[in-house]
Amino acid sequence: MGLLAPSVSVDAVMLEARAAALGKRSIKTSAKLEGITLAIRCTDLTTLEGKDSEGRVRSLCAKALRPRPGWPNVPSVAAVCVYPNLVSVAKDALRGSSVAVASVATAFPSGLSNIEVKLADTAAAIASGADEIDMVIDRGAFLAGREQAVFDEIVQVKHLCGNVHLKVILETGELGTYDNIRRASDLALEAGADFIKTSTGKVGTNATPPTALVMCEALRDFARRTGERRGLKVAGGVRTTKDALAYLVIVKETLGDGWLDPKYFRIGASSLLDDLLMQLEKEQTGHYAGSDYIPKD
Amino acid sequence: MAVFEYAPAPESLRPAIRERYGLFIDGKWASPAGEGHFDTINPANEARLAEIAYATPTDVDRAVRAARKAYEKYWRRLKPADRAKYIYRIARAITERGRELAVLETIDGGKPIKESRDFDIPMAAAHFFYYAGWADKLEYVLRAGREPSPLGVCAQIVPWNFPLLMAAWKIAPALACGNTVVLKPAETTPLTALALAQIIEECELPPGVVNVVTGDGATGSALVEHEDVDKIAFTGSTEVGKSIARRLAGTDKRLTLELGGKAAHIVFADAPMDQAIEGVVNGIYFNQGHVCCAGSRLLVEERVHDEIVVRLTERLQTLRLGDPLDKNTDIGAINSRAQLEKIQELVKSGVEQGATLVQQRGDLPARGFFFPASFFTNVHPSHRIAREEIFGPVLSILTFRTPDEAVDKANNTPYGLSAGIWTDKGSKNMWIAQQLRAGVVWCNTFNQFDPGSPFGGYRESGFGREGGVHGLYEYLAH
Repeated sequence: MGLLAPSVSVDAVMLEARAAALGKRSIKTSAKLEGITLAIRCTDLTTLEGKDSEGRVRSLCAKALRPRPGWPNVPSVAAVCVYPNLVSVAKDALRGSSVAVASVATAFPSGLSNIEVKLADTAAAIASGADEIDMVIDRGAFLAGREQAVFDEIVQVKHLCGNVHLKVILETGELGTYDNIRRASDLALEAGADFIKTSTGKVGTNATPPTALVMCEALRDFARRTGERRGLKVAGGVRTTKDALAYLVIVKETLGDGWLDPKYFRIGASSLLDDLLMQLEKEQTGHYAGSDYIPKD
Repeated sequence: MAVFEYAPAPESLRPAIRERYGLFIDGKWASPAGEGHFDTINPANEARLAEIAYATPTDVDRAVRAARKAYEKYWRRLKPADRAKYIYRIARAITERGRELAVLETIDGGKPIKESRDFDIPMAAAHFFYYAGWADKLEYVLRAGREPSPLGVCAQIVPWNFPLLMAAWKIAPALACGNTVVLKPAETTPLTALALAQIIEECELPPGVVNVVTGDGATGSALVEHEDVDKIAFTGSTEVGKSIARRLAGTDKRLTLELGGKAAHIVFADAPMDQAIEGVVNGIYFNQGHVCCAGSRLLVEERVHDEIVVRLTERLQTLRLGDPLDKNTDIGAINSRAQLEKIQELVKSGVEQGATLVQQRGDLPARGFFFPASFFTNVHPSHRIAREEIFGPVLSILTFRTPDEAVDKANNTPYGLSAGIWTDKGSKNMWIAQQLRAGVVWCNTFNQFDPGSPFGGYRESGFGREGGVHGLYEYLAH
């Protein structure tokens, strides 16, 4: 593999201090309004539950297209993210729109299957019309030091994807240290990931501000080294407008304004959109609407 | 195109400020004997904030007498646990009025509100809480069998960079040990010391236990030279510190000095680089570099010099310079016109001596005293910017090749207040820390403070310690 030789080390104490300092940015009035709209545009509206059905995916797609019917200034989200067997339903519901369909793949969420199954999983999602693939890395292999195996899997999935956008989920909550998160980020970028993504949303610890910060640092160094801009997706546990704005701040101040675009930044979330809409209405009208004014699905 | 620009987020509280402040002597507010006053201004817009009494030697004498009387009559006789109650009361009042004090500190001194709100004021309260706890446990401070007894009247002179915090560092241990105090705040930043006097009044401390006299260097001189002062604690410039030491020679007054610095901040090639850069930024740009322990001499391993310069240049552009009251401001105003001129003069000398200046881009506010975050490369150890304390947001970058050379260069200064080391290798961190002649050495961090941790200098950075148990030795006869 064309892997960079030494690992980049990360100091946990100072990393967390920096993330906490960025979390104290005060985002008010026009900035808040712009941030909320941007966060909506960057959302991958997600449903990844065993009980997902065609009907649920269709209503999610309707919401993805027009998050707030009657409010024409509210943009569509970036994508809808579903399991592979529901891709065709989402594709149909979103036909002709700007909203992409993302599919999880490669034995999501554990990634514990053989490579043939993972590739077949990916191929099926692409055949059903997926515009984007959210794959998972094999954390067992990574933690056991078999980095080459992890790298090769990403390369193979990327090869299969071709022009289909590939997001590589590191499952940072299982990697244990920021050093490992940085290493896995570098490895995924080197192997061809279009995006690096924090989490599946299926383990105890999902996206956190320090995790996003260390991944931004990897993206920034990659861009500096290669001249190529790759993206970040934070996922899992991002529920409030405040959380979303905090991630926008981290991206803005670490990577720069060029990354504040759905092409390079996504938030994977399900309930976040409701809070964004509620806060948007509050910013525009000066008062909070009850949560019952926001459609749930 | 600019995306997601932060809108102004100004702190909205406007604390009540008196038109004119008197001196706080013997528990009362008094006009100065000479009826003289001077203005204190907001360095961010040069607007006048209040008129401040100018204390003459006569006023200083009244304050010292009041402190003496309070010492003999009440404070030294008070049960230690009761002294503690008063000090706890001050600590709580500072916490309760934290927001108001933070705004005062920011408008009078120019520092960003996020720093006064999150650092200066909470840390000032923490020192009062910490030393209140010691007041009735002093027999555990000295060696067994020694009776802890106070010194008497303490003259305490504090600087303008952390006005309330430095007052807390000095007043809290002095009171805990049973001393009384005459405090002289800096000429450009008297407001929080005067607010503290109001708090002390409201806490109903016995009159004269804490007195506050405002003025300039002459006021400070009168205090230092007063014959009934038992102890002088001074934080400020090395030049003034030396002059105080000279004047006290041959007297039996006790003295502690916390003076300037030119701290080495050492970054090895194996450091966690992104965090090291944050440490460097915090080390020099915190409080516009108006920090005696600022990491103002960056020593970087030669092989990572260029990488660090690139990263630091980029990072400078994300620092937000402007209105200190805006909650998103990282770099506020320079404390005074005189200090701005001193910084400008030293930066000019750096350019003239051949160093390369890198600065954050963008316009400075039209009014007020501002200086962009800056650093120099191609600095040689003989340059003035490598030797003299700039006390502004200006970093000098030098290189080294081996750990021995790093230590030699780090110690090659008359100062010795603080130092910082960044390396991923624990053994190297510990080895270097042992070699550095500095009162505090931060490993893979910078500017960490705690009331329980002593702070003070080697050599021309002063002597004596503030904070922790060590801070109590300086206020006890032993």
